[in-house]
Amino acid sequence: MAIQESATDTREPADGRAAPLLTVRGLKKYFPVSGGMFNRRVADVQAVDDITFEVARNETLGIVGESGCGKSTTARLLMRLIEPDTGDVRFDGQPVATPGGMPLREMRRRMQMVFQDSYSSLNPRLPIVDTIAYGPKVHGLARSEARARARGLLQKVGLDPDRFAGRYPHELSGGQRQRVNIARALALQPDLLILDEAVSALDKSVEAQVLNLLVDLKSQLDLTFIFISHDLNVVQFISDRVLVMYLGQVAEIGPVDAIYGEAAHPYTRALLSSRPSMDPERRVSEPPLTGDPPNPINPPSGCRFHTRCVFAEEVCRHKPPALAPVGRVAGHSAACHMAVAGSGHSRAVGA
Amino acid sequence: MNQPGTSEKATTPVRPLVAVEDLRVRFVTKDRTVHAVNGVDFTLAPGEVLCILGESGSGKSVTLRALMRLLPKHRAQLSGKVVVAGEDVTAMSERQLQQLRGGTVAMIFQEPMTALDPVFTLGTQITETIIRHDRVSRTEANRRALELLELVQIPSAKRRLAAYPHELSGGLRQRAMIAMALSCRPSVLLADEPTTALDATVQIQILLLLRSLQQQLGMGVLFVTHDLGVAGEIADRIAVMYAGRMVETGSVVDVMRNPLHPYTQGLLGATVHGGLRGQRLTTIPGSPPNLEYLGAGCSFAPRCAHATPRCDGEPPPAVSIGADRMARCVLVEKSAAEAAGG
Repeated sequence: MAIQESATDTREPADGRAAPLLTVRGLKKYFPVSGGMFNRRVADVQAVDDITFEVARNETLGIVGESGCGKSTTARLLMRLIEPDTGDVRFDGQPVATPGGMPLREMRRRMQMVFQDSYSSLNPRLPIVDTIAYGPKVHGLARSEARARARGLLQKVGLDPDRFAGRYPHELSGGQRQRVNIARALALQPDLLILDEAVSALDKSVEAQVLNLLVDLKSQLDLTFIFISHDLNVVQFISDRVLVMYLGQVAEIGPVDAIYGEAAHPYTRALLSSRPSMDPERRVSEPPLTGDPPNPINPPSGCRFHTRCVFAEEVCRHKPPALAPVGRVAGHSAACHMAVAGSGHSRAVGA
Repeated sequence: MNQPGTSEKATTPVRPLVAVEDLRVRFVTKDRTVHAVNGVDFTLAPGEVLCILGESGSGKSVTLRALMRLLPKHRAQLSGKVVVAGEDVTAMSERQLQQLRGGTVAMIFQEPMTALDPVFTLGTQITETIIRHDRVSRTEANRRALELLELVQIPSAKRRLAAYPHELSGGLRQRAMIAMALSCRPSVLLADEPTTALDATVQIQILLLLRSLQQQLGMGVLFVTHDLGVAGEIADRIAVMYAGRMVETGSVVDVMRNPLHPYTQGLLGATVHGGLRGQRLTTIPGSPPNLEYLGAGCSFAPRCAHATPRCDGEPPPAVSIGADRMARCVLVEKSAAEAAGG
C-alpha cells in the first residue's frame, strides 16, 4: 500500500539537479458570471490567468497578493478542488489526473492543504483523534494503526494525546485547532503541504508558535510548502522563494532576498512599502498606491497594474508584459515592460 | 501635538475628553459569567490618539463599546465611571445616549459591509445622520454629505452619493463609513480595528487618511487594534490590554522601544518581521486565560517566564514610571524601586 512508504523517495534525474516536485504550466481558471434574460454567461472572473511556476523539493514557495488576486484559487486548482480550464500540472514528474498520469487520489495523498478557518475545516462532531485518523483509514490503514498514527501526530504538533485526543474542536483554542489541522494534513504522510492563510486568523503570540512548529515539521519530515498569505512579513520569514500575484497573474517571482531586497516590479515595491514601518519615529508619510485593486471581472488591458502604476506609459496600456528575467540573481523574473530592453517603455533597462 | 511621544501634556492639565475609572464589564448568562473587562482606567486628551492593543478576548473592543454603552442591555453588567466630554455615560438615559452616539462620540467598525445598510444609498445614510442630529434641511444635509465624501477623498464624490454599499470597493466603503462617522463633527472617534479587513496597500491609505483627519479636526481618537505595526503608524500613546486589564501604558515610542511588561515584551518578540528570517521566533507559551474563572493574581502569570509566587496571590501593582508610563507587574515595581534607591 502506497501509504506505508513514507516520503523518503528522492529520485534525482541524471544531471544531478533535483527535479521539481511540482511543475505548473499555463494554469487558468475563469469563473463565469451569468445574468441577463436567459442567464447566459455575460462575463468572466479571470481568477487565475495563465500562471506558470515550479516548486522544488524541500523548499517553501510563498505566494503573496491582495484579496482577489487569485492566490487561494491557485491553491484550490492545485488540489483539484476546482477543475482548471487549462493548464498542465505535474507532480513529481507525472502529469496529474490525465490518462496514464498520477491518479487524483494518489496526488491528494501526497499533497495536502491547511485552510485559514481552523474551525470550519474540522468536523465538529468528531473527536480530533478520529478526524486525524479518518484520512489514513480511507486510504486503507487499519483502524487501530490509524489511531496510533493520529496520536503520534498530535504529539508531534505539540498537543499531548492523553489530554487532547478525545476532545472536540469546540473545546480547543484557535491555535490548538490549527495544530490539529496541521496534524490532519500530515496524517497521509504527504510530500507537499499547501498552507492557505494558515496563520492569518491567529493572534500574534500564537502565530509565532505555529510558525515555529511549521519550520520544525518541515525539516523533520522533509516537507515542501506552498505558503499563501497576505502578510508580507510572515512570507519573508518562512519562504525560500516568493511569487507575487496581481489580478490572477504572476507579477514577480524569485528568491526571497531578491524579492524583498531588489524588487523589480512596481507593484511588489508598493506592496513592500505599504507595510507599517514598526518605528513610530519614521512613519510612512505617503501611501505608495492609491485606490483599490481593480475588479477581476474586467481587468485592465495590457499590463493589469497600469491603472495604479506611477510609471505607466502607452505601451503598458496595450501590451501585456511577459515574465522576463531581471536583476543579478538567478530565478528572479518580473512581468514589467521596464524590465525588458527594447519593450518601448522609456524607462526600460538599457534604453 | 502629533509628534509621537510628546508628554508635555502632563505639565499643562487639559480636561480629558474621556476619563474612565475602574471600568468593569461582566457578561452574565444562565450558565456562566464572563469577566471581560476587569478594572480599566485611562484618559484621552483632546487631539490625542490612544491605541488599545490586545489579542482576541483581551477586552479591547468591549472597553470601546462601553464608552457608548453599546453592550447588550440585559446580559452586560457595567460598573465604574465613564465620563465623556464632561458627562457621565453610565448615568445617561436612552434619549441622552442617542444624542451622544453619532453626535459627541462616533464609531467606525472593522467590517464596513455589515456596518452600512445595504438597502440605502450612501447619500441617504449620511444625510439621515446629519438631519437627525443637527436638524438641518435636506438640501443643507446633502451639501454636507458631499463635502464629507470629498473630505475622505472619495473620487467622483457626487456620483458616489447615489451608490449602494455593494457597489463600492472595500477601501471606498471604509472611507464612506469614516465620512458618516464624521458627519456630526464628533469630538471623540472610536475606531474598532478599522483597517484589519483591508489589503495592505489600502490599509496604509486609510491609516494616513485617519491620521490627517484627526489632525485637521482635532479629534480625540481611541483606536483598537491587535497589530503593533498599525499602532506604531497612528498612536500617540499605547495601552496594552490582557485579560480585561491594561497591563502597560505609555507613549508609542516608549512602549515599542522599551516595553516593561513581560506580556508586551513577548508580543513584540512574537511579531514577525523581515529581520527574523532563519531564526527561531520568540513565543509566549500557552494561550490566554479563560475569562470565566479569573483568579485574584496576575492573569499573565501562568504564561510568564518571570512569574513568582507573589504573582498568583494578589493583583499586580500598577507601577507608574514618570508622568505618562505605567506597567502592572511586580518586576517593574522591583526595578523601579532599585532605580529610585540607587
